[in-house]
Amino acid sequence: MALIRKDFRLELRTRESVPAMLLFSISTFVLFHFGLDRDALSGDLAAGVLWVTLLFAAVLGINRLFVSEREEGGFDGFLLAPVDRTSMLVAKATVLFTFLVVVELGVVPAFTLLLLDPPLWPALPELLVVLLLADAGIAVVGTLVAALAVQTRARELIGPLLTLPLLVPLLTAAAQATAPLFDEAGALPAPGSWLGVLGLYDVVFGLVAYAVFDFLLED
Amino acid sequence: MDAKAAADSAIELDGLGRRYGERDVLTGVTLSVPMGSTLAVFGSNGAGKTTLLRILATLLRPHAGRVRVLGSELPKESWALRGRVGLLAHEPMLYRELTARENLLFHARLHGVGEERVSALLERVGLGRRAEEAVATLSRGMTQRVAICRVALPEPELLLLDEPLANLDPGASAAIEPLIGRETGSTRVVVSHDIDQGLSEADHVLGLRDGKAAVLAPAAEVTRAQIAELYR
Repeated sequence: MALIRKDFRLELRTRESVPAMLLFSISTFVLFHFGLDRDALSGDLAAGVLWVTLLFAAVLGINRLFVSEREEGGFDGFLLAPVDRTSMLVAKATVLFTFLVVVELGVVPAFTLLLLDPPLWPALPELLVVLLLADAGIAVVGTLVAALAVQTRARELIGPLLTLPLLVPLLTAAAQATAPLFDEAGALPAPGSWLGVLGLYDVVFGLVAYAVFDFLLED
Repeated sequence: MDAKAAADSAIELDGLGRRYGERDVLTGVTLSVPMGSTLAVFGSNGAGKTTLLRILATLLRPHAGRVRVLGSELPKESWALRGRVGLLAHEPMLYRELTARENLLFHARLHGVGEERVSALLERVGLGRRAEEAVATLSRGMTQRVAICRVALPEPELLLLDEPLANLDPGASAAIEPLIGRETGSTRVVVSHDIDQGLSEADHVLGLRDGKAAVLAPAAEVTRAQIAELYR
């Protein structure tokens, strides 16, 4: 809890991650609006635009996740303390998950206003489920990659290069689960199989992260 | 070294070596530091002093030799040392956007130390009235005082101090003495560039040159000239 509280406090003071992720997402929607030359999107295209934008915004947050630990010696302070090192994985993943949820509170309404054709309300309950499942996966994979990348000199490059390929299955599942919700004829149920893939992705990467995180913090 | 001496040692190094890439930073360092004593470490920039401290703090792995700290073999038993070793490094390990009190409370929670000790330490180093200010707004000397409070919070058995008096005025130096000085009773490894100060508070002296122990003797047997030679 101390780690989580510290990270929230730092974000409230510096406002380095969440506002950047939010602004980036909204800018990307504007770019899609002009790039596709479309006022309104639906179905596969709408789902793809939403998820690609969210993933790139997440990369911004992932790149900043361990910066304070790295730049201000927080890693060393943590490693000297008598606490389980996995607690940093849990704390950082929780922080990233929360950042994503906060960003989505702004991004989804902005997407609806700027690009989405069908009404959002009928799709909202199931969209929330897809968002939360995907956020959990992004948070775990993002924390894992950020912990690895921050130890390297080219961390700004390594982060996205490792994160994006690892998130391809998640992107596919999230977009496939979201597409029916944005159907032009009205929201259809999200396919359970793709929700299952998202859940499986979360569990598998959660276990992988738990198993290897300790070693990532070693010299 | 016999078994009795080994049991009384806080630190035992036998042929310690460490590389960064192809470069040997420490080579064949062998020494023993008795419990409760002070080892002063001297050496010019790049001699291996900071690397030695980081290995003793379990933050770096040794690449050669045997390292035993507070009875634990490193690196395989490094978990047993967490919370028992305090490291004051060049980086204060403080979050600049958080206040002095918030930083110390964070570390207090990690170490399971009560909040009242945070207030007591801040008062002790004369920062009671600046405790609610962000570390970024404090002077270097004040930041050093907060960093010393961080190190002293859990009352570690082994203190690893890299130039602890850097940026401190004489009044502040006196104020931090009960926290990290000899009277703590902790075993101390103190890196210093102040030869007279370092020698005066040491029981043993290690002088490093190019990662090797060029001087290793009880402090009473080491002369100022021997140490000054390390910096030439």
